[in-house]
Amino acid sequence: MAAEMEPPPLGNAGETDFRELEDGEDLFVSTVTTLEYPEPSSPEPASLPAEDISINSNGPKQKDVSFDDDPEDLFAEATEEVSLDSPEREPILSDGPSPAITPVTPTTMLTPRMDLGAADMFERSLDEIEEDNNGDTFDIHIAVSDPEKVGDGMNAYMGYKVTTKTSMTIFNKNETTVRRRFSDFLGLHSKLASKYLHIGYIVPPAPEKSIVGMTKVKVGKEDLSSAEFVEKRRSALERYLMRTVKHPVLLKDPDVIMFLESSELPRAVSTQALSGAGILRMVNKAADAVNKMTIKMNESDAWFEEKHQQFENLDLQLRKLHASVESLVCHRKELSVNTASFAKSAAMLGNSEDHTALSRALSQLAEVEEKIDRLHQDQAYADFYLFSELLGDYVRLITAVKSVFDQRMKTWSKWQDTQLLLQKKRESEAKLQFANKPDKLQQAKDEIKEVRSTLEGKVEQGEKDFELISKTIRKEVSRFEKERVKDFKAVIIKYLESLVQTQQQLIKYWEAFLPEAKAIA
Amino acid sequence: MMEEDREGLLRVSAHTIRVTEAVRDGDSLTFIVISQKLSGSGEYHVARTHEDFEWLQQCLFSQEEVPGVLGVIFPPLPAKPHLNASTKVLKQLGFLVMGKEWCTYCKALEIYLQQVAANTRLNKNKCLENFLTSSDAPGQQRVRKSIFNRLSQAVEGLRKEGHKDVDDFFQTERDNNFTLTGCSKSATERFLDVVLTEQKLAVACGHLSTCLHLCVEQRDDGTAQAFSQICVKLSEVVDLMKKNFENVAENNLSTLGLGLDLETRYQEAKKEMLYRRTCKLVELETASKNAERAKPIRKAAMDDLKMKSEKEFDQISGVAKQEIARFHSVHVKLLHQALILWCEKQLETAKETSASYSQHLQAFKDLGE
Repeated sequence: MAAEMEPPPLGNAGETDFRELEDGEDLFVSTVTTLEYPEPSSPEPASLPAEDISINSNGPKQKDVSFDDDPEDLFAEATEEVSLDSPEREPILSDGPSPAITPVTPTTMLTPRMDLGAADMFERSLDEIEEDNNGDTFDIHIAVSDPEKVGDGMNAYMGYKVTTKTSMTIFNKNETTVRRRFSDFLGLHSKLASKYLHIGYIVPPAPEKSIVGMTKVKVGKEDLSSAEFVEKRRSALERYLMRTVKHPVLLKDPDVIMFLESSELPRAVSTQALSGAGILRMVNKAADAVNKMTIKMNESDAWFEEKHQQFENLDLQLRKLHASVESLVCHRKELSVNTASFAKSAAMLGNSEDHTALSRALSQLAEVEEKIDRLHQDQAYADFYLFSELLGDYVRLITAVKSVFDQRMKTWSKWQDTQLLLQKKRESEAKLQFANKPDKLQQAKDEIKEVRSTLEGKVEQGEKDFELISKTIRKEVSRFEKERVKDFKAVIIKYLESLVQTQQQLIKYWEAFLPEAKAIA
Repeated sequence: MMEEDREGLLRVSAHTIRVTEAVRDGDSLTFIVISQKLSGSGEYHVARTHEDFEWLQQCLFSQEEVPGVLGVIFPPLPAKPHLNASTKVLKQLGFLVMGKEWCTYCKALEIYLQQVAANTRLNKNKCLENFLTSSDAPGQQRVRKSIFNRLSQAVEGLRKEGHKDVDDFFQTERDNNFTLTGCSKSATERFLDVVLTEQKLAVACGHLSTCLHLCVEQRDDGTAQAFSQICVKLSEVVDLMKKNFENVAENNLSTLGLGLDLETRYQEAKKEMLYRRTCKLVELETASKNAERAKPIRKAAMDDLKMKSEKEFDQISGVAKQEIARFHSVHVKLLHQALILWCEKQLETAKETSASYSQHLQAFKDLGE
C-alpha cells in the first residue's frame, strides 16, 4: 500500500486543493473571502472532496481519495475523528507556481469516465444553462433509503437506495431507483467540485467519512450506535443530494443525472495510502500557509471585503449555535434515560403496594412515564435531525463558500502573475531595440514578439476569468443568502411542528391518567 | 386571652394548620405557622425555627406517660435545611430544598404538624399546644431525655431487625415495610434525577436562546433582516421551552416529588416503630428466659420483670396495630393527593405550553418571505 503521489497536473500551475477526507474532518478552504451559497437546500457538511480541485488543470486530475469502504485502503482513514471545531479542520490548499496559463475551460475537465452529452453541455456558457429550464419548473424529490449491508468483514459496505421522483424533462423517467454506496456520493462530489469550484460555483459538500462509525457497521456490531450512525448518514446523503439538485447549474450536470439515473456507476477508486496522503497533506498545509501570506489581493471591490467579514461572523455564530443545540440533544437523551429508570421503579413500587387502587394508580403512573420517555426520544430525534444537522450542514457549507472566495483570489493572483510576466517580456523586447547584434536581432525580436502577444492574450483571458468568477460569486452569494433564509425557515417550521405535536400528545397522556389518579378510593 | 382550657384538648383544629412561608434571616430560616382556633374565633400566628420543631419532636419522643408510646409511628420531621450547603447535603434533602422559595419544604413541615395534631396519642402533649400558640419560641426549653435513648442503649450492639416475630400480622407488616421502604427510596431518588435533568435542560435552553440572539445581523439588506427575524422568533420559542422545563420541574417536585419524599420518610418512620417493638419482643423473650432459669430467691423479681415486659409489649403491640391501620389510610391519602395534584398541574402546564407553541408556529409561518 505504497502511497501513490500523483504528480502535479501537466502544464498546470497546479493549485490543487487536495484534501484527504478523514473522519469528521471538514474540508474547509482557507478563508479569504467567503461566498454565501445561495442554493443549498440540504447542504451537507461543507467538505471539499478529497479531490484534486485544480483551478486550471487541463485534465481531470482525479486524485483518488481513500473512501472509507475501499478494501485496499484500510489505513486511509486511520485518523481520529475530528470535531467540527477542531483546528485541524483547516483547508488544505496545495501551493503551486503561479499559473501562466489560462484557467481551464470546462471541456478540458472531462474525465475519461464522462459521458457524451457533457461536451455538448459545456459548449454553452454556464449562465445560459442556468437560465434555460426547458420550460420545467423545479420539481424533484430525492429519497435515500433502505440501507443494506453488502458483503462482510472489512470489505463490507453499506448500500443505499436512491429514488428520484421528478417531472422535469432533463431526466429520462419520472421515477428512477438506483443503488449507490457511500464512495459513489463522494465520487460525484469530487467530480462536481473539480468542474465548478474554480469558476465560482458553490458545490455542496458531501457527507463526512467516519472510520469509527463504518468500522462498527463492517464488523457487524448491531447495536444502537451503529443504527444511529447509519441513519445519520442516510439522512445526510439525502440532504446532500437535494441541495445539489437545487442548484440550477449542478442539476443539469451530466454526472449528476448519471448518478441519479444510471443503474451502474464506475467505482470511484482510491489509491492514496496513509503515508503518501500524510506527506502530501503536510506539504499542502505548509504551502497553504505560504500562500496566505503571499497573496495580498488588492481588493478593489468593497463588496467582497464585506462579505468575507460577514461569513467569518456567521461561521462563528453558527458554530456556537450548533454546540448549544448539541448540548440540548444530549440533555434530552439523559432525560429520556432517567424517565425510563423512574418508570421502572414506579412500577416496582406499585407492585409492592398493598392497597389495590393505589397499586393500580402507581402502575398507571409507570406507564405514563414510559410513554413520556418515548416522547422525549422523539423530541431528541427532532432536535438532532432537524436542528442540529441543519446547523452542522451550514457550518460545513460556509467553508465551501469560503473556498470559492479563495478561488477568486487565486484567479486574481494568476492574472497578476501573468501580467508581471508580460511586463518583463515587454521590457526585454524594448531592450532588444537597443541591442548591438543586428543579425540575431530580428530573430530575437520575432521570438519575443510572439511570446509577448501570447502573453497579452493570456492576460486578457486572466482578466476575463477574474471578472467572470467575481460575477458568478456575486450571483451565488445572493442565491445562497436567499436559500439560507428559506432553508432555516422550512426546517424551523418542521421543528416547531414537532414541538406542538409532542406537546399535544403529552396532553392526551395526562388527560388519560387523571381519572386513574382520582379513582383511588 | 383566657379561654376554657379543657384538659388535654388541643385548642387548634388540626387540619387548619399552615406553614405559609419561610423567612430568611441571615443564615437561618424562620417559618410562619398559622392555625385556626378550635372555637372559630380567630387564628394563631407564630414564627418558628427548625430548632423549635426539633424541640417539639423531642417532646413527643419523651412522653413516658403514654402507654405503649413506643408503638406510635411518629410523623417524620424533615431534616434541617442548610442554606449554603454543599451539593451532597442538598441532594440528601432532595425535593424539599429544590422548590421555589422553600415552598415544598414548608409544605413538608405543614404536613408534619397536621399529622402530629391529628394523632390522638400525640396531640394532648402540652408542647404541641405551646408550639402552635405561644408567642415565645419554645426552642430554648430543656427537654426530658427521650425514651428512645434508653431503649436503644438496652439493646445496643444487637441486630434485631431480622428477629422472627411471634405474630404473623406483624411479621407480614415488617416484610412488606422492608420492601416498600426500598422501593419508595429508589423511586424518590430516580424521580429526583428526572427533575434535576429537567432543570439542566432549562439552563441549556437559556444558553441556546442567547446564542440565537447573537446571530442577529445588523445589516440592512432584505435577507439579513429576514434571517435575523428568524433567529429572534426562534429564540422566543426556545425561551418558551425553557419556561416549560422550569414549570414541569417545579410541578414535579412540589407534588409527586414531595409525595414520594413523604412516602419514603413515613415508611422509614413505620420501620422504626416496628423495630422498637421487635426490640421489646427480644427484651421480653430474654426476660422470660431469665425468669424460667432464675434461682428461687430471685425468681419473684424475675417474674416481675417478665410481667412488666409482657405488659409493655402488649401495650405496644396494641398501639402499633391501631397506628398501622391509621398509617395505611394516611399514606394512601397522601400519595393519592400527590398524584392528582401532580397530574392536574402537569396537564395545565402542558396545555399552556401547547397553546404558546401553536401561536408561535403560526407566527413563524406568517413570516414574510
